[in-house]
Amino acid sequence: MYIIVGGGGDVGYYLTRYLLQQGHEILLLEKENGRFQTLSEELGQSVLKGDACEARTMEDAGARRADAVIAVTGEDEDNLVICQMAKERFNVGRTIARLNNPKHEELFQRLGIDVTVSPTKAILSLIESELPGQRFVLLMNLKRAGLEIIQIVVPSLSAVVGKQLNQINLPRRSNLALIIRNGEPVIPTADVTLEANDEIYALVNREGEEELRNTFGNA
Amino acid sequence: MKIVILGCGRVGATLATQMDEAGHTVSVIDSSSDAFQRLPLKFSGEKIVGNGVDEEALRRAGLEDADAFAAVTNGDNRNIMASQIAKEIFNIKKVVCRIYDPLREQTFKELGLETICPTTIISGLVAESLTNNTSSAAATKAK
Repeated sequence: MYIIVGGGGDVGYYLTRYLLQQGHEILLLEKENGRFQTLSEELGQSVLKGDACEARTMEDAGARRADAVIAVTGEDEDNLVICQMAKERFNVGRTIARLNNPKHEELFQRLGIDVTVSPTKAILSLIESELPGQRFVLLMNLKRAGLEIIQIVVPSLSAVVGKQLNQINLPRRSNLALIIRNGEPVIPTADVTLEANDEIYALVNREGEEELRNTFGNA
Repeated sequence: MKIVILGCGRVGATLATQMDEAGHTVSVIDSSSDAFQRLPLKFSGEKIVGNGVDEEALRRAGLEDADAFAAVTNGDNRNIMASQIAKEIFNIKKVVCRIYDPLREQTFKELGLETICPTTIISGLVAESLTNNTSSAAATKAK
């Protein structure tokens, strides 16, 4: 695949290195001269000095034959424009934008950006999952399916403790995938009885999240 | 009419003053409060310190019930993103976006933004004025 990466910060640099290792053809665009020099010492021909927001630069970079354009600068407005220009002007099939402000996700999707990646959000939920006392953690968003993967630790006072799974009312579009009990996996079949501090991994759609939270939370 | 203006540089401040004097309700947003010094003392509109691509700042400026929005900061991309937020999230009918880069302007015009490119407008004006002057100078000499 031929992939153009816009923005040679840390994310752009490691992404380029990784994609090169995977055997792809990559061109990293960096507009700032000092940074470009540093990058090209290591990445050689895989870096081009230029602004990925500029049509002329993208033309020189061969955007017309690119399979994907990935915008990973530190500014959301730049990432948006890089992706929109790539799509509209150069008909790039897949555009991926880094989101610094997770609130911009909806806008980017509405404006036709194929994929948004929000490191801020990912870092928040990773840290949240490592904090003591967290009962309900969003592990992953499966955007296209509209589903979330959620980790729940059953509180000792929860109404579900001591109940079998077939006695619990779960939201319609939710699915318990796995239970971890004392470090051991337990397959959630209908006759499994829940215990306090069971870790449950569940798939749920966004509407069902609140209901699931209420089902397992403190009564 | 209620108008929200993003960017209080020379253009933003002049535009805001003009609209204010014409009797419109004006809110100006800029990321630096120093920028508001460009506004005259008698300016009666609102001044909001904030980031123009942040929905919250736009909401504070009253974009929700505004009739028009103009993005005139120095950053093309900032103007483009803010204008699209105004259109897509706040459903503002009249949105005008300044874009310096002619190629970028062309693309976003095709995508449905109402854009103004000072670069092409000014170079056109200067070219016109240069050629006019030459011809009138030539005419004077001929006399």
